[in-house]
Amino acid sequence: MGLLLLLAALDGLAYAAQLFMVAVGLTLVFGVLKILNVAHGSLFAIGAYLASTLVGLAGAPELSLLALALAALATGAVMGPLIERGLLARIYEKEHVLQLLVTFALFMILEDVQKLVWGVQPLFEDAPVRLLGQVEVGGIFYTAYQLLLLPGVAAVVLVALTWFLRRTLLGRTIVAVTHDREAATAIGIDVRRVHLVTFTIGAGLAALGGALAAPTTSLVPGIGVQMIVLSFAVVATAGLGQIEGAAVTALLIGLARSLAVYFAPELEVVIPYLLMVAVLLIRPAGLFGRAELRRV
Amino acid sequence: MTALTRRAALATTASAVAAPWILPRSALGQQKPARIRLGISTFLSGPASVFGVPGRNAADLLIEQLNARGGIAGVPVEALVIDEAPGVNFLLGECRRLAQNENVDVMLASISSGSCLAVAPLAEELKLPNIMWDCGTQRIFEEGSWRWSVRTQANAVPEIVAPLLYLLKIRPEVQTVAVVNQDYAWGRDSWAIWKTAMEAIKPGIKVVAELFPKFGATDFSTEITRLQALRPDVVFSTSWGGELDTFVRQAAERRLFERSLFVLPLAESSLERVGKTLPEGVIVGARGDHWFLHPTAKDTERLKGFVTEYRKRYGLYPIYPTFHMAQALFALEAAYGKAIAANGGAWPSREQLMDTLRGLEFDHLTGRMKIREDGQGLEPMLIGLSKHVPEFPFPVLDQMVLFPPELVMNPMGTKGLEWVKTLSMETVAKAPAPIPYKA
Repeated sequence: MGLLLLLAALDGLAYAAQLFMVAVGLTLVFGVLKILNVAHGSLFAIGAYLASTLVGLAGAPELSLLALALAALATGAVMGPLIERGLLARIYEKEHVLQLLVTFALFMILEDVQKLVWGVQPLFEDAPVRLLGQVEVGGIFYTAYQLLLLPGVAAVVLVALTWFLRRTLLGRTIVAVTHDREAATAIGIDVRRVHLVTFTIGAGLAALGGALAAPTTSLVPGIGVQMIVLSFAVVATAGLGQIEGAAVTALLIGLARSLAVYFAPELEVVIPYLLMVAVLLIRPAGLFGRAELRRV
Repeated sequence: MTALTRRAALATTASAVAAPWILPRSALGQQKPARIRLGISTFLSGPASVFGVPGRNAADLLIEQLNARGGIAGVPVEALVIDEAPGVNFLLGECRRLAQNENVDVMLASISSGSCLAVAPLAEELKLPNIMWDCGTQRIFEEGSWRWSVRTQANAVPEIVAPLLYLLKIRPEVQTVAVVNQDYAWGRDSWAIWKTAMEAIKPGIKVVAELFPKFGATDFSTEITRLQALRPDVVFSTSWGGELDTFVRQAAERRLFERSLFVLPLAESSLERVGKTLPEGVIVGARGDHWFLHPTAKDTERLKGFVTEYRKRYGLYPIYPTFHMAQALFALEAAYGKAIAANGGAWPSREQLMDTLRGLEFDHLTGRMKIREDGQGLEPMLIGLSKHVPEFPFPVLDQMVLFPPELVMNPMGTKGLEWVKTLSMETVAKAPAPIPYKA
């Protein structure tokens, strides 16, 4: 029983790491821009597809990890500013419903772009996983990529993001805009720049999640949908805009899911949403969210 | 001799004049049309486009070839393709539009079983000939009787019974089985058929895990850990597309294939993509007797020509949906030809076309098949073991068994899930001899 619980915990940790990297970008963007970006799933998918292409082009397995990082950087640096300046900057003052519709439309367009560029046949490029080999725990083989690399990168992202937001000038500026956009503008903060930087970081995180997921799974049309739905569950359960909360919630959902596979497989699909409903019934603002007064 | 009264003469004249307006247009013999319009529903988006797009590609290629040889009885064929991915309501609206606005003559619907179950009643309402070209649920002709629909391929019952018979033929000592199927109708239904048949044939086999990851899952790590710990003799999975590819790769990376024998009834469609990551000795199925290196048809001009042209145009080997599409189109061509001949050379009505499709025997890419009187197609099932050869960068099939339909398909008028309970080790013994792979 002890070994089973350990195995379930290891599986849950690997899954949570992937989930966190996508959800944290989503929650960061919402926290600062106040926009729930449905196209976040497309950035995940494009990051994954680009990573697969670059790993294929890299040829040598030793370069494949570099190719993953490059794919995330390129997607974030190109798509982030393009979407923020070209689209979102025009709808900040609009109603939330319209913002949702616009990002949903973008999501649909980018889905077709993926099919045009990468086709519909599943793509798989697992050189990074093969490069790192296997780890044996209690007679069970894991890949080092999933057991060590993914949780490691997720931990680095969490620490780096927290440090950036709390210890650097730009990070503190972002936090200031999050707390009160009008007051931040009044004291001379360039809110346009903050929005641009934040969205680009968010896009880069989504792409990083996709790039790191790419070597572990087949890339198929619709892969962005799968991830965005689960990420919404993480963000809603944690509370919108909560970075550390997203990490804890991703871990909770990852563990709950793997325990379900072990002990009640029929609950595997529904467990993240059961958890979300249970939390929101008790704490409508999420596990770590704070209720806000509505400004009439 | 009865004298012709004035009343009878009037009635006869009135009937003759009124008939074309009273009777449905479809019931009458027709003028030879300028073209035959086909409506084709397939997945052009979403995960199932991995089957839908090859099916569409095959239709494009085969219709082009058909028109190049003069069409059907001199009438060119054109296809209007619709996407069934947005769901059943969208599909029904599109089918109605094709029938009423675009005047399609025949519908080829669909890939999803849910789509087929929905389109069959609509075809009845519209009196529109409908060929189900790829959907697998056995329920369609078991639970309903459809005047306007036929299916030009087999169904889930033989697709699952055949690999089970193959497994028990080569590994009769199997004691434990685990399943990893997608959590939707096909995953659940195919497992129900396997489990029921397995309990009938060899009651002692224990099911150690029933895992149903969500449809569209991208990660099977937890399932693989669980299977490594349980060490079942056999892992059965009817997953397909990207999910099957992912499962195979993740299982290979974690050496699960070394611990269990895998039975993958849909893996033929993934072989080229997963390459030699799929090890030797895995039981592979093809939803019928479809394979570009079919053991008895690989040297025929028809199959060789199709494979060469398909590969030249799309850069890939054809997989089972392309064969299913070919079967639908060859059946249609054969039915029109037979109906025209039976009609003394006149163009057949829709009713005549449907009457001809039932009971029709026709040649296709890998052999000859028949459509039963209830509308269900009968085709053999090709099952083999994966084998690595130097000629291809992906596994081929070895020790292939072609299960005849009479061994693996339930007879007309019976229900598949009930019929599989009558299977026994005697059925296993009737499996034909395996055919080794030849380069």
